[in-house]
Amino acid sequence: MSTTDITLTAVEDSETTPLTPGQIFRKRLFGHTGFLIGASIILLIVLVAIFAPLIAPHDPYVQSLSTRMLPPVWSEGGTWEHILGTDQNGRDYLARLIYGTRVSITIGIGAASVGLVIGVTLGVMAGYFGGWIDHAISFLLTAQLALPGLLLAMALVFIIGPSIWVVIGIVGVLHWTYYLVVTRAATQRIRNLDFVAAAKASGASSRQIIWHEILPNLASAIIVIFTFELGIAILAESSLSFLGVGIQPPTPSWGLMIAEGKQAMFYRPWLVILPGICLFLLVIGANLMGDGLRDITSPEGRNE
Amino acid sequence: MSLLDIQNLDVTLALPNGPLKAVRDVTLTLEPGESLGIVGESGSGKSMTALALMRLLPRSATCEAKALRFDGQELRDLSDPAFARQIPGPRIGMIFQEPMTSLNPVYTIGRQMTEATVARGLLSEAEARRKAIDLLDRVGIPDPEGRMSQFPHQMSGGQRQRVMIAMTLMLDPELLIADEPTTALDVTVQAQILDLLDDLRRERGMGLILISHDLAVVAERTDRVAVMYLGEMVEQGTAQDVLYRPQHDYTKALLAAIPRLDGPARVPAQVAAAPEVEKVISATNLCREFHSRKGLFGPKKTVRALDDVSLELRRGETLAVIGESGSGKSTLARILLGLDLPDAGDVRMLGRPVLDLPGAERASLVQPVFQDPYTSLNPRRRLSEIIARPLVLRGEGDSASRLAAVKDAMEKVRLPDRLIHAYPSQLSGGQRQRVAIARALITEPEALICDEPTSALDVSVQAQILELLDDLRAKMGLTCLIITHDMAVVHETADRVAVMYQGRVVEEGSARDVLGNPSNDYTARLLAAAPRFGATQEMEAVQ
Repeated sequence: MSTTDITLTAVEDSETTPLTPGQIFRKRLFGHTGFLIGASIILLIVLVAIFAPLIAPHDPYVQSLSTRMLPPVWSEGGTWEHILGTDQNGRDYLARLIYGTRVSITIGIGAASVGLVIGVTLGVMAGYFGGWIDHAISFLLTAQLALPGLLLAMALVFIIGPSIWVVIGIVGVLHWTYYLVVTRAATQRIRNLDFVAAAKASGASSRQIIWHEILPNLASAIIVIFTFELGIAILAESSLSFLGVGIQPPTPSWGLMIAEGKQAMFYRPWLVILPGICLFLLVIGANLMGDGLRDITSPEGRNE
Repeated sequence: MSLLDIQNLDVTLALPNGPLKAVRDVTLTLEPGESLGIVGESGSGKSMTALALMRLLPRSATCEAKALRFDGQELRDLSDPAFARQIPGPRIGMIFQEPMTSLNPVYTIGRQMTEATVARGLLSEAEARRKAIDLLDRVGIPDPEGRMSQFPHQMSGGQRQRVMIAMTLMLDPELLIADEPTTALDVTVQAQILDLLDDLRRERGMGLILISHDLAVVAERTDRVAVMYLGEMVEQGTAQDVLYRPQHDYTKALLAAIPRLDGPARVPAQVAAAPEVEKVISATNLCREFHSRKGLFGPKKTVRALDDVSLELRRGETLAVIGESGSGKSTLARILLGLDLPDAGDVRMLGRPVLDLPGAERASLVQPVFQDPYTSLNPRRRLSEIIARPLVLRGEGDSASRLAAVKDAMEKVRLPDRLIHAYPSQLSGGQRQRVAIARALITEPEALICDEPTSALDVSVQAQILELLDDLRAKMGLTCLIITHDMAVVHETADRVAVMYQGRVVEEGSARDVLGNPSNDYTARLLAAAPRFGATQEMEAVQ
């Protein structure tokens, strides 16, 4: 069987030995260019974060006031000693970017996950049970939307004290509304479909129905919101850091680096552009991977 | 000169797995004032033919033809804007299947009716309004003047379809294309709408193309019938010829598949005659009301879905519950399945109150098969998981024994083994319904409750599913409750019939008595509305 046959043969028509679920999954995984690109970017960033001490050319904390604000190697005045230049305190920018990967990835994934757990739990409960539970959760949503998020975050960090875990918790707690709105609407729709009734008729409990029938059908939507919230969480961290209640200097984080670079943005644009590019790569990688995962796991269009 | 002349029409759809010829080499002619029925299963290309004529094909489709003449004018020569100005509306009108979505919900009926004529400058605002009221009156809308200021949601499905018909008539088209105009409507309403279309055609001398999957409906009301199969026109001829002297094998199969009111009745199950009949399910004095409220503080609305319904299902028999949409039959099914609780009355399974039964035990007594095979299977699960799920929920067996049970169940419903790892989206409607039946059978329940098990399927597939259910019942001694709106299905499958109307059982008895000699007005109306073939003897003579 030639390769073109494999892609064109619908399962219904194929009289040859059907592929096992695992084989089909792998075929779809490696046939999706968007997913492969996104996954490679994310894998690369994760590896950089893990092996930061081995890769970084300098200590990201060592200041050297004599070599402040060196430009990157390709512009005038750059040196190979500091390939991407140095910041306001003379710290190596490449090393700080590499170490910043750790903070940004942890906060992005951590905060988006906290939001996911809160939002999806509330959304599925509101959508599935309806009635007063729905009213109560919808009220909570309205209250959350009415709160000035940044102000609340500042107040909370101020009371609890700044640390990366506090930032993750607070950014997560402030970003669950999308999850809730989307999963609530989707659950309300799915709850009334016949396969849920069939599960009930087979004696399934509410918990079993939610886990086995409803959540798998929410997966595509959740994956897309997760990748989207990942970017938002990293940017939210940079806002907090900019206001001085996020990641505390001298810990390197991309958000904090953009915030610090803002002061000299017009004379030394790379201070903002370089962490911006890193952030862009991370977010686009996450989005490509999320869209790819959604396509691969969704059963629709499996015959393609 | 013929009104419509289509020569060698081809429509090709660009699909991900290569081009698909949806319509192949179709040639059609229609004389002025003549009516033509186009019949075929879903996917046979009947709608595509009409859409190609109206230039409403999906973006991915291309169409080619030797000739596409309307009233002597070659339509292919017209540019898109010229076509839009001249043809759709004033020359060719079209009515679609779904009356619930084909009217714009935010505009009044009056505005939607008059908009096209006024915008084209054919009539003044006042004249258009007068004409619209006349037409609404003609299509049988009560109080047409008051209706002009109402919105679509204030009307029933049948009324909306009447409004759609009146709307297309506003521009006095010479040809009316009705694409499955009654599929979404109740049987009694269906007959009225089709009669109306036929009357209007005679009155105005319009051409009419009636597209439907239901050969019986079409043949009754058209001069000529064309049968389409897999994009090709396999047979064309006068309605009488196609119906009684079919030439093509497919047409013959299609005719044989149609459930017939006048065919031989099924032999009643023997067990019904036994003196001590065991009642699998008995329901007494069921009442169920639904309350709805607009917003948090709005006024309460109460709908009485079931009103003092008593019913019993005896072992080994097939009981049909028949009624229109809104008659409470689906609510009854949900209550009998234990998915909903009655406000009053009680349901017993094998003599035990259903409330006392734990879920797993109830599941082994009664299982459902739902109407829509597209929503009754979880799209995210493989067939093996879907069918085995009731066993998993019961905590029965290990994965190996479950797989064996799944294979066994798939064999029973005649699904090929290779589909075991497929997802529902890869199956056709009929195959999905088989999966739903396999899932219902895997726990070996005492009774099946089938809620319109075939109304979402093509006629030929419907015949297969009904036959499968009948087979299973004979082999496994299954007890069945079939809910349907189709009298012919009742005739072919049921031992006993209960007729529901507005939440009450108005008539109950053996299938032969109720169908042969209805004692209730409503039952008689349902029977009269069911399409049937006129001359049975002729048919038999041919055979």
